[in-house]
Amino acid sequence: MDTMRERFAAVTSRLLDEDPRLAVVLADIGVDGFRRAAERHPNRVVNVGIREQLLIGVGGGLALTGMRPVLHTFASFLVERPFEQVKLDFGHQGVGGVLVSAGGSYDHPAAGFTHMAPGDVALLDTLDGWTVQVPGHPDEAEVLLRHACAAGDDKVYVRLSTQANARPRPVTGSGFLPVRHGRPGAPAVVAVGPLLDSVLTATEGLDVTVLYAATVRPFDGATLRAAVEGADAAEVVLVEPYLAGTSTASVAEALVDVPHRVLGLGTARAETRRYGTVEEHLVDHGLDPRSLRERITAFVGRADRSGSA
Amino acid sequence: MTITTTPRPFPPAPGGGPGYADLPALMSLMTGDEKHDVAATSVLDALWVLYDRVLRISPDTVDAPDRDRFLLSKGHGPMAYYAVLAAKGFVPVEWLSGFGSHDSPLGHHPDRTLVPGVEIGSGSLGHGLPLAVGTVLGLRARGVADARVWVLTGDAESDEGSNHEAIEFAGARGLDRLHVLVVDNSSATHTTPGGLAARFEVAGWSTETVDGRDHEALYAAYTRPHPGRPRAVVARVEPKPGARPASARPASAHRGA
Repeated sequence: MDTMRERFAAVTSRLLDEDPRLAVVLADIGVDGFRRAAERHPNRVVNVGIREQLLIGVGGGLALTGMRPVLHTFASFLVERPFEQVKLDFGHQGVGGVLVSAGGSYDHPAAGFTHMAPGDVALLDTLDGWTVQVPGHPDEAEVLLRHACAAGDDKVYVRLSTQANARPRPVTGSGFLPVRHGRPGAPAVVAVGPLLDSVLTATEGLDVTVLYAATVRPFDGATLRAAVEGADAAEVVLVEPYLAGTSTASVAEALVDVPHRVLGLGTARAETRRYGTVEEHLVDHGLDPRSLRERITAFVGRADRSGSA
Repeated sequence: MTITTTPRPFPPAPGGGPGYADLPALMSLMTGDEKHDVAATSVLDALWVLYDRVLRISPDTVDAPDRDRFLLSKGHGPMAYYAVLAAKGFVPVEWLSGFGSHDSPLGHHPDRTLVPGVEIGSGSLGHGLPLAVGTVLGLRARGVADARVWVLTGDAESDEGSNHEAIEFAGARGLDRLHVLVVDNSSATHTTPGGLAARFEVAGWSTETVDGRDHEALYAAYTRPHPGRPRAVVARVEPKPGARPASARPASAHRGA
């Protein structure tokens, strides 16, 4: 199976043929995937070199002329390094674009913390109006990328990963998808993108509702509310492939008038200062199926005891 | 690629409108200073010559795809900019007296979504030039052949690393629709002698340094041909009070294309 990044290059290259409004801007990362597209569309595939502030500024300038810019590099260099450009050159100018990242939180552990961006979604949460897509499979990445490119002048962040679920889900570009149904009032576990398979394994046999979130912003509060309806005190577990607790504020907003408890699972704030593999880092962060089951059952178990007291 | 450097006729502001001599009065509507000294505003002359004689934009063409673009990157102290926009009919003169108030569209840094004719919201330094590079690339991709893009920066703003990224890229790509007007009032810290124009020259730009109060010199510099290269015009003006005078620094070479 191809990777999400390979799919990104293939799909976006085809979209360049179809949509004259589309332009791709790169900063020396991912250039090979667009080599043929650059030959066909030399004015709409631009590599600015290792200049990430310029990458974002050029995207804003393209959007000011009515183009739909697609900007790509590793998440650290796309969102964190030029963050003020993301804030001002899109949001403040009142224009949109598509940011497509790779690398995420632990995709290249051997590269170390310089190539990890566990805080990217939390950072974007400080800005208004960004749609955030976290596909869990290359097929989903294709669907979500097509949505992003066609989304008018919206501001869209697509977070690609090397980690993927075994099979794709029918994502639509918005909202959460219930994939396992607990009894009414059962705890809800929100599994984001490539962590779905681990969550399904971890919650096997537990009475929980599992919601799959490939679109995390806007946060689908309506589906979450419906999932926990009937509980005396709603219980929500978030399992996110980035900074733990990133979406707890969204849960609090969705359940503002409902008594609730929330457990936010994700990557740790502290640097691990370890290299190795993706699997080893998932264990470090407690995001492997065994750790997830322990943490989820401990949270739900406490609720059971307090409920029976 | 050839460039049309002689300004084409473009619809003037309706009714002619105020002229250069009226700008101090327009600025006094914002500052409350009836004796406002033109010399205190570093960008006034450079802006006036650009809007009066070079840019192909008017209140009727603020949304025209083939208009020239002017991006004020140095968004600080925009009174001269607003005065010029009012003189040219982009904004009503009545707006000026509300400058900076809650109900006014005219803030201490301009907002493109509030002011007709303003191409970018600015205030944070180092954003205008990268946005201008993207604008040039976007116009090319859209097949708009004639529109030119101007961006105004300050000499201190040129220290921002984002500008260095843009200067190098634009030079290497030969973006000859791109024009930078650097108003140099000696406000930069840690300057290199003769540095401003040299930063552009070394990246392959066409450059010229002129007296920022000399309208004919500015016009000549603005309109000199520069085939295949982006163009930087450094307009020197008197330094801000307390700054090192421009005359104390080695002169930059005057160069054409």
